[in-house]
Amino acid sequence: MLKLLLIGLKDLKLMFRDRAALLLMLLTPFLLTLGMGLVTGQFSGDNNSGISDIPVVIVNLDNDSLGNALVDIFNSDDLADLVEPASSQDPEAARRQVDEDEVAAAIIIPAGFTQSVIPQGNAAPNEELTIEFYSNPSRPTSAGIVKAILDGFLARLDEMRLGGVTTITQLLASGRIQPQDANQVGEEIGERLQSAAANGNEATAITLNTSTSEEEANEFNALAYFAPGMALMFLMYTVSYGGRSILAEKAEGTLPRLLVSPTNSTQVLGGKVFGIFLMGAAQMLILIGASTLFFGLNWGNTLSVILLVLVAVFGATGWGLLITALARTPAQIGSVGSAVMLIFAMLGGSFIQLDNLPAIIQTIGRITPNAWAMDGFLTLALGGTLTLLSPPILALLTMGILLFLISAALFGRKNLIQK
Amino acid sequence: MPAILESQNLVKKYGDFTAVKGVTFDIKEGEIFSLLGPNGAGKTTTISMLSTLYTPTSGDATIGGHSITKDPMAVKQVIGVVPQDLALYEDLTAKENLVFWGQMYGLGGKSLNSRVDEVLDQIGLADKAKNRVKTYSGGMKRRVNIGVGLLHKPRLLFMDEPTVGIDPQSRRAILDTVKDLNEQGMTVLYTTHYMEEAQELSDRVGIIDHGELIALGTQDELTKQVGQTETLILHIGENEDPEALAKAIRSVDGVQKADVTDNEVSVITSDAKDILAAVVTQANERGIRIRSMDIREPNLEAVFLNLTGRALRD
Ligand SMILES: Nc1ncnc2c1ncn2[C@@H]1O[C@H](COP(=O)(O)OP(=O)(O)O)[C@@H](O)[C@H]1O
Ligand SMILES: [Mg+2]
Repeated sequence: MLKLLLIGLKDLKLMFRDRAALLLMLLTPFLLTLGMGLVTGQFSGDNNSGISDIPVVIVNLDNDSLGNALVDIFNSDDLADLVEPASSQDPEAARRQVDEDEVAAAIIIPAGFTQSVIPQGNAAPNEELTIEFYSNPSRPTSAGIVKAILDGFLARLDEMRLGGVTTITQLLASGRIQPQDANQVGEEIGERLQSAAANGNEATAITLNTSTSEEEANEFNALAYFAPGMALMFLMYTVSYGGRSILAEKAEGTLPRLLVSPTNSTQVLGGKVFGIFLMGAAQMLILIGASTLFFGLNWGNTLSVILLVLVAVFGATGWGLLITALARTPAQIGSVGSAVMLIFAMLGGSFIQLDNLPAIIQTIGRITPNAWAMDGFLTLALGGTLTLLSPPILALLTMGILLFLISAALFGRKNLIQK
Repeated sequence: MPAILESQNLVKKYGDFTAVKGVTFDIKEGEIFSLLGPNGAGKTTTISMLSTLYTPTSGDATIGGHSITKDPMAVKQVIGVVPQDLALYEDLTAKENLVFWGQMYGLGGKSLNSRVDEVLDQIGLADKAKNRVKTYSGGMKRRVNIGVGLLHKPRLLFMDEPTVGIDPQSRRAILDTVKDLNEQGMTVLYTTHYMEEAQELSDRVGIIDHGELIALGTQDELTKQVGQTETLILHIGENEDPEALAKAIRSVDGVQKADVTDNEVSVITSDAKDILAAVVTQANERGIRIRSMDIREPNLEAVFLNLTGRALRD
C-alpha cells in the first residue's frame, strides 16, 4: 500500500516538472476560459452567457405562502438573466408547451401545497402534496438548471421541517425569498410549526437563526459554464497523459526495474493508476482555485465541489486506462487521447451547451465524464447542495468502476509486464 | 565456496525464436562471474530471467536458495539489478531517484537517507546530487543507474553491460567500482561484449553465443583450451579489401585461422614471429597496405575466435 502511494506521488512530482504538460493541463484551460469569458462578454458587464433566459412556465395553483415564494424566486433579480418565467393557471397547457419545445420545463405547484407541508392549526396533517416538475428532454442542461433551482428550494423546505433549524435567513441569503416576504413567510411557518408542535406533531418549533449563512446567491454567468467545461476537457488530456506514462515507463525501462524490485505488479499498476488520479485531481483543484481567485467565480459549496472533482477524476481515469489498455505505443495514446479529449468535450457539452445539440448526441454524450460532471458543477454553482448531486456522482462512480474492470481485463490479456 | 546462484537449463523463446537455449552455470559466493558474448548472444535475456522479470520457457534457477519461478519475491530481496539501458526518472534529481528506488526496496526514514548519501559518495556524485538526471553526461547517468542497484546492499549484483557507450574515464571508474564492491563482499554477475573487461574483472567467465554457453571456467582454463596460440591482428586501410587478404593468408604455412572484423584481419597461429614475413609478402603482392599490427597472447578473444570463427566485436 505504501509503495502504491509512493509511486503515485512520484508521478505527481514528475507532472509538475513537465512544463509542456503543465502548459496543456493548466495554462491552456485557464486561458481558454478567460478567452471564452471575454468573447461572451462576461467582462463587459453584460451578463450574456451561453445559457440565459431559460423559458420556464410556472403553474401556481397553491397561491399560498410557499407557492408564492417559489414564484418569487424565479422572478427574483438574481435569476433575471438566467430564467424567463411565465405563469399560467392551466397545467395541461403548460405541459403542452414543454412537449412542443416552447419552454425548457414546467413547474406545477398543486393547490394546497403550503397547507400540506406546514399543517395549519389543529388540522390533521394532510397527505403530502408534491410539486410536479415536467421537463423537456431535448434541453437537459436548461431543464437541469431549472430543476436545480427547484431542488434547492425543496431542500430548504425539507431541512426546515425535519431539523427544526430555521432557514429563513438562509432562504434570504441565497435569494430564495425576497426580503419583503421573509417576515411573512417566517411568521407563518413559525406559527404553523409551533401550533403543530403544540398538538404533539413531529415538527419542532422553529427558531430564527441569526448566524450568517456561508452561502451566497450564486451569480450564473458564462465563466461558470466555461470554467468547468474547459477544466473537464483538459482533464481528459491529463488522464491520457497519465496512461501514456505507463507505456512510457515500460519503454524507458523504469517499469521493468520496478518489477525486479520487491514490488508486485498490483502495487506497480495500482500506483500508476493512483498517479493518474492524483494528477487529475491536482489539475482540477488548481483550475478551480485559479478561477475562483482570478475570475471571482463561485463554484458553490467547497466540500461538495471537492467530492464532485474526485468522482469526476475517477470516471475520467477509467477512460484514461481504457485508452492505455487499447494502445500499443505511448505515441498512440497521445493521438488517441487528444482525439478523445476533443470528442468528449463536444459530446459532453464542454464547448457547446448540450441543449443545442440533437437529442441523439445528448444521449451519447452521457458516456462522457464531461457531461455528468458538467451537470454537477452547474448544480453546485447555482447553489445546489450535495443532496442534489447523487445522479452525477452515481453515474461517474459507475463509469469509473466499469472502465477499471474492462481495462484490468484488457491489461491482463495484453501481458503488459511479462514477456 | 557455496554457490549463490545455480541455473539449470534455462530456455527462453520469443515466439518461434529461441534466444536462450538451455543455459546452465553457477556463481559462487564472493566471485565476479562474467557472461561474455557479442550483441544478441542472449545475455540480457538470461539476466532478465534470473532477475524474475521474464518467466523462463523452461528450466529454473535458484538464487540464495530461492527458485526464480516459484519464489520470485524472495529472489528479488537477494539481488540488485543494473539494467543495460538506463532506467531512471530523468526529471528527478539523482538523490530523488535514489530515494524513490530505495523506498521500492523497502528502505525508509533515516536509514534510507544515510544509505543514499553513502551510495552517492560511492558513485562519486555527492556534489551533483541535486541536479536533475537529464542534465548529466552519459557516464554520470550510468553511475546513477548503478547506484540504484546498490541501495539495499544486495548479496548478488547483476550488471548488464554497464559500460556501453561511455567515455574512457567513466568506464575506468565503473570497473573500479565493481572491483571495490566485490572486495567488500558483493558477488557480481557481469555481462559484457568487451573481452578486456571480462579479463580484468572476472574470477570465472561464461562465453555465450547464439543463446548457448559455449565455454565456462576460469580465464586460465579457457585460454588453455586454445592451446599455445597467439593472435596476430593486422589493421589495414579503410579502402582495402580485408577478405582478399584473409583468403591469401590462410594459404600461409603455420596459419590456423584468419578471420575478418571491420578493417582487421585476425590470424591465429602457434607462433606469430614465424609467419610475419610471409603475411607481409602476401599483403604487398596484393597492394594492400598494413597500417599496424598487434600480437596477442592467448586470451578470451582468441578463445571466442577459436570456438566461433568470429571476433567478439561485431
Ligand atoms: N523481446 C524480444 N522479442 C523478440 N526477440 C528478442 C527480444 N529481446 C531480445 N530478442 C532477441 O533475442 C536475442 C538475444 O537478445 P539479448 O538477450 O538482448 O542479447 P544480448 O543482451 O546478449 O545482446 C537477440 O537476437 C534479440 O534480437
Ligand atoms: Mg544485452
